[in-house]
Amino acid sequence: MEVVVAAAIGVLTAAGVWLLLRPRTFQVIAGLSVLSYAVNLFIFSMGRLSIDKEPVLEAGVPQDLMHYTDPLPQALVLTAIVISFAMTGLFLVMLLASRGLTVTDHVDGDKGDV
Amino acid sequence: MIAWLPHLIVAPILLPLLTAIVMLLLGDRRRWKAAINLGSSALGLVLAIALLGSVHSHGVPAVIGVYLPSNWDVPYGIVLALDRLSALMLVLSAIVGLCSVLFSLARWDRAGVHFHPLLQIQLMGLNGAFLTGDLFNLFVFFEVLLAASYGLLLHGSGRARVQSGLHYIAVNLVASSLFLVGAALIYGVTGTLNMADLARKIPQVAQADRGLLHAGAAILAIAFLTKAAMWPLNFWLVPAYTAASAPVAALFAIMTKVGVYTVLRLWPLLFSAQAGASALFGADVLIYGGLATLLFGTMGLLASQHLGRLAGFSTIVSAGTLLAAVGFGQAPLTAGALFYLLSSTLAISALFLLVELIERSRQAPSVLLADEADELPFPPDPLQPAHDVNLDDEQRVVIGKAIPASLAFLGLSFIACALLIAGLPPLSGFLAKFTMLSALLNPLGLGSPGAAAGMSGAGWSLLVLIIGSGLLSMIALSRAGMRYFWAPQDRLEPRLRIVECAPIVALLIACVWLTVRADPVMRYAQAAAESLQQPSQYIDAVLSARPVPNPPALTTIGEGSR
Repeated sequence: MEVVVAAAIGVLTAAGVWLLLRPRTFQVIAGLSVLSYAVNLFIFSMGRLSIDKEPVLEAGVPQDLMHYTDPLPQALVLTAIVISFAMTGLFLVMLLASRGLTVTDHVDGDKGDV
Repeated sequence: MIAWLPHLIVAPILLPLLTAIVMLLLGDRRRWKAAINLGSSALGLVLAIALLGSVHSHGVPAVIGVYLPSNWDVPYGIVLALDRLSALMLVLSAIVGLCSVLFSLARWDRAGVHFHPLLQIQLMGLNGAFLTGDLFNLFVFFEVLLAASYGLLLHGSGRARVQSGLHYIAVNLVASSLFLVGAALIYGVTGTLNMADLARKIPQVAQADRGLLHAGAAILAIAFLTKAAMWPLNFWLVPAYTAASAPVAALFAIMTKVGVYTVLRLWPLLFSAQAGASALFGADVLIYGGLATLLFGTMGLLASQHLGRLAGFSTIVSAGTLLAAVGFGQAPLTAGALFYLLSSTLAISALFLLVELIERSRQAPSVLLADEADELPFPPDPLQPAHDVNLDDEQRVVIGKAIPASLAFLGLSFIACALLIAGLPPLSGFLAKFTMLSALLNPLGLGSPGAAAGMSGAGWSLLVLIIGSGLLSMIALSRAGMRYFWAPQDRLEPRLRIVECAPIVALLIACVWLTVRADPVMRYAQAAAESLQQPSQYIDAVLSARPVPNPPALTTIGEGSR
């Protein structure tokens, strides 16, 4: 499982960085979204991967990390998801404004080769 | 009175938040919003000064106010911590914020609907970042201030702003991702996000995990250094700051200082000399990165003709000086750097405001300006106040009245800004640079024999670069001053409004005050720097904070009242 998660994070990051460096604004925003998925998965994995364990306390289960998964990274991921979603939305507005003002979707507003 | 005093620590966050909420509910009533914004910013300044007084009045040992917003036990809940450094930054951001609001009243707040709420949210993010003692909470406040800054940067719209805003947002979003990765790595290794707890746990990290911890800290540092505008992470800064409207750019002058603040807060705390195998991790990066930034900023200053770009590169020069000085990790040098931080932020903020007034007074705008002026969303001659300007409002009566000798005012203010930024006597910029140079030459205190002989190569480079950048910025600024003030050209008598001049005068007076009262300010900076170099004070204060016990059972209270 560790290999699968690590590979997923790696592939997402690589794709995100590649897209981020592309000249079109839409590719940049897609890259940022993919990158934020990778980051969210990464935060999640920092709480150690475990199967069939819960982050909330249950009656009758000993209260230690042998029997639960760490709840804190999950809370952090929630915050990070909300923030990155909002920022992506804001960036989308910028993208449209830039497209409207410069009549091109190049990140520099140039009409060069895109 | 005493009972609610500890709660004052959270007030610099709550006040702007509540103000912004109230202003959003007001809808289109701009004059109400302006009045509320001004009042709230002034109140924020009073609050910040009160907090500074409470931190400083108690005498020699560092007094650190700790507040637990959710009343949880310390390493688990969020902590706000107020020490000398954060109090200083609170006052600085309140001053800059107030001046920015005041300046915007003249005309900029009319260029968009949500200027006032955004500005308050920005102040909330700044204050929160200065106060928080938790790594993830720091991320949240960073996002708050960045989200507001995206909106503020776009204030006034226009092609230049949208274009540079696009780059600014993309760079900052990537930096935020790196922040998250770094914070998550550090949490994965140490199991805590509380800064004081982190500082306690870092020396105990197993040798096998230390590489991972350092990787996390380095990734985190990239996020901070992007905000602090360290070369080569600072190419976004000049276009964005030049494109921003004047009051926004003035407020942004403190944004790079947030990056410097986080470095100042976290680096001596987490990687202090007592941090075992991690002691002073990354000092070289700070020193040489700061030196490179200083060099880059100075070159940029020399290469720019446009006044806005000059101000932008001055920001970079100031950031580079600060980062390099902080990287040495010596209390006297850090004290000088703190004084320099105050002086340079105020001066650059004033310069950004001044730039707009000077540009407006010119009749033959350069190509860059023409591009911008075409797309201003209000009529091309905004100097004539509209007829519907309210005359019964105290502030509005004076609008449109030409100040005699307004050109003299512009010229003198420009000279003052140039002196402050270049660090020439008699103003505070000189004192700040002099203190840093003196601390560099005498790391063991004044007059210790053979001190200069023990200076490292980096120390000499910083010495040379500080002096050299002062000279070169003076050349660049005086060249610009000659072009703008002495070149014969047909120009109208610039018409300035009192609300526009007042913030510039206030910022410059603050610098003069820094010069006159240099002794107490310097003592304060020294105390702040010394407590930064002794992280145990901060760690003990935060970790010994206890949640307020629950009130006694409700029944007993009920019986008492009955």
